[in-house]
Amino acid sequence: MKLITAKEAAEKVLSKEPLFILDVRNQDAFGDWKIEGFHIEHLNVPYFDLIEGVEELVDKIPKDKDLLVVCAKQGSSEMVAEMLDEAGFEDVLVLQGGMRAWSEYLKPVKIGDLSNGGSIYQFVRVGKGCLSYFIESDGEALIVDSSRSVDSYIDFAKEKNITIKHVVDTHLHADHISGGRLLREKTEAVYHLPPKDAEEVQFSYEPLEEGKDLQVGGATVRVQSVYSPGHTIGSTSLIVDDKYLLTGDILFVESIGRPDLAGKAGDWADDLRNTLYNTYERLNDELIVLPAHFSNTSELGDNGAVQAKLGDLFEKNDGLNMDEETFRKAVSENLPPQPNAYQEIRQTNMGKINPEANEQSEMEIGPNRCAIHG
Amino acid sequence: MNSDKVLDAKGLACPMPIVKTKKAINELNAGDVLEVHATDKGAKADLSAWAKSGGHDLLQDTEEDGVLKFWIKKVNPEEGELLPLF
Repeated sequence: MKLITAKEAAEKVLSKEPLFILDVRNQDAFGDWKIEGFHIEHLNVPYFDLIEGVEELVDKIPKDKDLLVVCAKQGSSEMVAEMLDEAGFEDVLVLQGGMRAWSEYLKPVKIGDLSNGGSIYQFVRVGKGCLSYFIESDGEALIVDSSRSVDSYIDFAKEKNITIKHVVDTHLHADHISGGRLLREKTEAVYHLPPKDAEEVQFSYEPLEEGKDLQVGGATVRVQSVYSPGHTIGSTSLIVDDKYLLTGDILFVESIGRPDLAGKAGDWADDLRNTLYNTYERLNDELIVLPAHFSNTSELGDNGAVQAKLGDLFEKNDGLNMDEETFRKAVSENLPPQPNAYQEIRQTNMGKINPEANEQSEMEIGPNRCAIHG
Repeated sequence: MNSDKVLDAKGLACPMPIVKTKKAINELNAGDVLEVHATDKGAKADLSAWAKSGGHDLLQDTEEDGVLKFWIKKVNPEEGELLPLF
């Protein structure tokens, strides 16, 4: 039996190696959320049905593929892996820290260079489908839609000898706990939030407003704010270096944002329509869309990055190709279930509640569920 | 709620709360009620799923000051096996 980290597991998943996953969580947890990938075969048998022995599994697990056993935290998969080991399976892999660690791991992928020597990186939270951004130039960085595991950005910045100057949330998140305040604490970065999403927040912040550009690396990179409501009333997109469009939870590669997570689907459906079909329509087709989420591994490109040209999305993304009536229905009826603990997550992001780190991990369990697929 | 036996699984991480619950249930007679105390949050979903798959009745569960409590009634093993799972 061998422990592998979430990082090593992500490399396996993204490298498209065939992998057999024995998931020993209960059936509801498995049905809700699992490790997804290109050549993955799953078997779900809860660990509590295997306490007496693993005989029932022997014929169901192929011996010619890597075998990874996963559970919620690690303990149960270790128990099952040891039993499989005794039953003659060699090199059984166990996911260290379980699905909790899988949910938290961030993989940095370089998206491209900026005009004045800087670059932009996407931090892919493979397990949860969250995407955040690290934009650096001339020794300074701006981070967009930071995850809670802020050490990933801090370590990355240290390695490259970069100071984190700004952290921006494109909106008040409902699916994950923002790392914005924690980053501000640890790095003295300025924390920017759209004021319309921040009416109830319990801490100070810098308002993120259209017409007030941000600058990275002594003005070598311009970050323009575009007010783009719809997922939330404050949602604001960022145009970086006139080349990249950070859409937050408004527009994804294969889907569009949902307008209901703050409980106001009807009111915000029109805003969402206007942002997608008017505001974005007027932007340059050549902009590279960099969203805050992906839902399916089909959205990951060859290097594991999630991106698409705005012009291509206007052709291919169903959410950008609906008449008004169809659109209204799509964004207000039969919506997918909300993200786990989304109300508590919003409260945490507003500073109204302050759960312990352990509780925060529990709250963030499961997929992001911020998208509507047309 | 009355119980015939109390199992203290506080401070134990998965899979131990269920391993111990299973063992304790095996030692009881059909119809007896086992009370389980645990602190691992995952125990809640897992214990109810386990009770269902084993045919036992989860009579009640509560949470107070971070301690999860469960009352599980042991069902006659033969009856339990006859219960349809789905």
